Amino acid sequence: MDNQANYAIELRELTKTFGEVVANDKVSLTLRRGEILSLLGENGSGKTTLMNMLSGIYFPDHGSILVDGKEVTIRSPKDAHDLGIGMIHQHFKLVDVLTAAENIILGLKGGGRLDRREVGRQVKAISEKYGFEIDPDQKVYDMSVSQKQTVEIVKVLYRGANILILDEPTAVLTPQETAKLFAVLRNMRGDGKSIIIITHKLHEVMAISDQVAVLRKGQYIGTVPTCETNPQKLTEMMVGHAVSLNIDRPKTEYQDLRLEVKGLNCRGAEGVKALEDVSFEARGGEILGIAGIAGSGQKELLEAIAGLQKVESGHIFYYPPHPNSEIAGLHVPVDKAGEELVGKTPTQIQKIGVSLAFVPEDRLGMGLVASMDMVDNMMLKTYRQGKGPLVDRKPPRELAMRLKEELEIVAPSISTPVRRLSGGNVQKVLVGREIASSPTVLMTAYPVRGLDINSSYTIYNLLNEQKKRGVAVILVGEDLDVLLELCDRILVLCGGRVSGIVDAEQTTKEEVGLLMTHLSGTGKEGAAV
Amino acid sequence: MSNLFSIAFVMAAVAAGAPLLFGTLGEILTEKSGNLNLGVEGMMYMGGVAGLAGAYYYEQMAGPAASGVTAAVIATVCAFLCAAFGALLYSVLTITLRANQNVTGLALTIFGTGFGNLVGEAMGNAAGGFVAVSQSTKSVFNGGIPVLQDLPVVGKLLFSYNYLVYLAVLVAVVLSLFLNHSRLGLNLRSVGENPGTADAAGINVTAYRYLATCIGGGISGLGGMYIVMAQQQGVWVHNCIAGKGWIAVALVIFATWSPARALAGSLVFGGLSVLRLYMNWGGNRLAPIYDIVPYIATVVVLIAVSIRQRRESQPPANLGNAYFREER
Repeated sequence: MDNQANYAIELRELTKTFGEVVANDKVSLTLRRGEILSLLGENGSGKTTLMNMLSGIYFPDHGSILVDGKEVTIRSPKDAHDLGIGMIHQHFKLVDVLTAAENIILGLKGGGRLDRREVGRQVKAISEKYGFEIDPDQKVYDMSVSQKQTVEIVKVLYRGANILILDEPTAVLTPQETAKLFAVLRNMRGDGKSIIIITHKLHEVMAISDQVAVLRKGQYIGTVPTCETNPQKLTEMMVGHAVSLNIDRPKTEYQDLRLEVKGLNCRGAEGVKALEDVSFEARGGEILGIAGIAGSGQKELLEAIAGLQKVESGHIFYYPPHPNSEIAGLHVPVDKAGEELVGKTPTQIQKIGVSLAFVPEDRLGMGLVASMDMVDNMMLKTYRQGKGPLVDRKPPRELAMRLKEELEIVAPSISTPVRRLSGGNVQKVLVGREIASSPTVLMTAYPVRGLDINSSYTIYNLLNEQKKRGVAVILVGEDLDVLLELCDRILVLCGGRVSGIVDAEQTTKEEVGLLMTHLSGTGKEGAAV
Repeated sequence: MSNLFSIAFVMAAVAAGAPLLFGTLGEILTEKSGNLNLGVEGMMYMGGVAGLAGAYYYEQMAGPAASGVTAAVIATVCAFLCAAFGALLYSVLTITLRANQNVTGLALTIFGTGFGNLVGEAMGNAAGGFVAVSQSTKSVFNGGIPVLQDLPVVGKLLFSYNYLVYLAVLVAVVLSLFLNHSRLGLNLRSVGENPGTADAAGINVTAYRYLATCIGGGISGLGGMYIVMAQQQGVWVHNCIAGKGWIAVALVIFATWSPARALAGSLVFGGLSVLRLYMNWGGNRLAPIYDIVPYIATVVVLIAVSIRQRRESQPPANLGNAYFREER
């Protein structure tokens, strides 16, 4: 009994099903007081579902939850609050048009009148205790991602939570911001709070947690003390078999100049300057990584090249591939001395061989139509081909079949709406379709966002294959560790400007992280290439 | 022809703006919860006919002893409840059954229009021609605050209206304080902006949406009653609301979801709608041009709002969407 009272949370045989899918199958788990527990698992292993049952979003089908040794029923987020459980969701649950303070007191009882000053004082007190930086009167829409996350955490603490659940908190942070967050988490642990953290990044698991619990396909595999394990062992627990954790960086034959961007300027949707004097080169047979805090101009840069974004000034020159390479001659012939892409329509640019696979946060927003099946989505790219007013569905159907087989896309059939596929499979469809058009420049943004290790590696291999064929691959990524291992060179964007182009083999994560936040002298660009 | 720059014009503008203000305030409350109820027109018909029925049947029952003030109170309560019932139907369909809000709202407009005309004309037939309320009830709706209204200039300008006009202004002030300076108002706004967030913060999204939509509907319905009881002197006229509910929907946008600006907006729109009586230009043949003016003003505001990109003047972010917690 003594032992049991030490547990902040104990889950006993929790089961949750969605239709026929078993998201959690008899999961039992314990969390001690004053401990940081990492919850690890691939996509679809049921981590978020499990945590949502703790925070009252879902209600378990079977099993019981014990908080501080007492069995409880959590029927709504409010019940969870009352038990001192607070969850920081992956997609922040904040109201944009309200201030930090307003978001923090949302839904709380208290005097009918809203005393903004008093709330501000309390928020400041909490921030000082744990070392946050927060301005209670700042509107959420004016905040950076890490500021928003701070608001989320303070919100949970303000409600007196003793148990904090963080769902992939570091996915959107720079290394420096992550370090800051971890410092705060350690402060909270020192204060006796219990913390569960979900993350895909193994080195973070090793750095922050005391215990690691692993889920696989909805089942609980086990819990190990962090000091007795290593990333390799954890991966094997997660995947169920041995996996190599190294990402290939093959050398390629041709490294000819493919794309040359010179002094590119453009404005984003709100009329704010999105790109300022951006210049760089992309070569065939290499992967050029683009790093930067979300919203530093990555989207605008890719769209400018693809012809979707209006360019204010500057040039984008395209050079055809080496005549001996595999991908030569597949596209509309262009000027060998450099074809200007600025001013061309997206269709023209596509015909030249420049292809864009953008995976936005909601995965389906750009590139795929959610309610259409794989065949129709393939056809989006090809419907202009063929004669007559009717479309020929045969080639896209064959392509869809081929992709499903080659990329091991898990789908009931090729006529299932892509909306019903899981995130990883949707991304495979999108990237696969772009590759199928045999591009000479392949641009992709966040292709592995939210994907687990296995699916991520499938995508990495796809990109490497394209690189070997002589394609110039431009990859916008958010995980610096991956960019460092996979890319040949990394271009760092900061506030719409190029803050540096570094050799991925030479540089360190810290250097890239610094470039992401601080703009160094513009003279550095040329030297680093 | 009266002068455009006269006290009479201002009074006419206020009288024409009051029903619009009710419709607008009700719809602002509704939309702040994330429900886009296009049934304002229908709810105004329901409120109008229920108000008339309440006052008329009370007078029939009470006979010569009937008091105008009691009749007005009964009319107000009946109008509010009947329109709120229309909003309740809408709420059940859109919140509980998650039907499409646009379609349901349009259906409510069609239903309310039919309901109002059916009941209004049936009452007239039963009474042998048309229903009419007593003189004492009419005088309550003619309004005017004793003594004060006899003051020079300000008397006519500020104290010559019926109780509904003052009630509408009061509702606007209260609603403004509620939305901006109370915890409940903050909760309601968050429901309309981001129901998932509100839910996670322990706010009962369903309850807030039901209450805001029904109370909002009731407020809108008072606008219908104003038209029937004050403008038409307690007589049912076929198709009497005649699109004023739609102007209210436009006014919500014009006011950019602010009750305080709705106050000014309804006065402007009221003024625009009586403009033709106070201006000579164009003659009878071009009179419909004046009817277009409010809509052009709305379009201009829409464009201005979208150009300015001010976050606070945007519609509630989740306007028009149903909320389902376990949606994946």
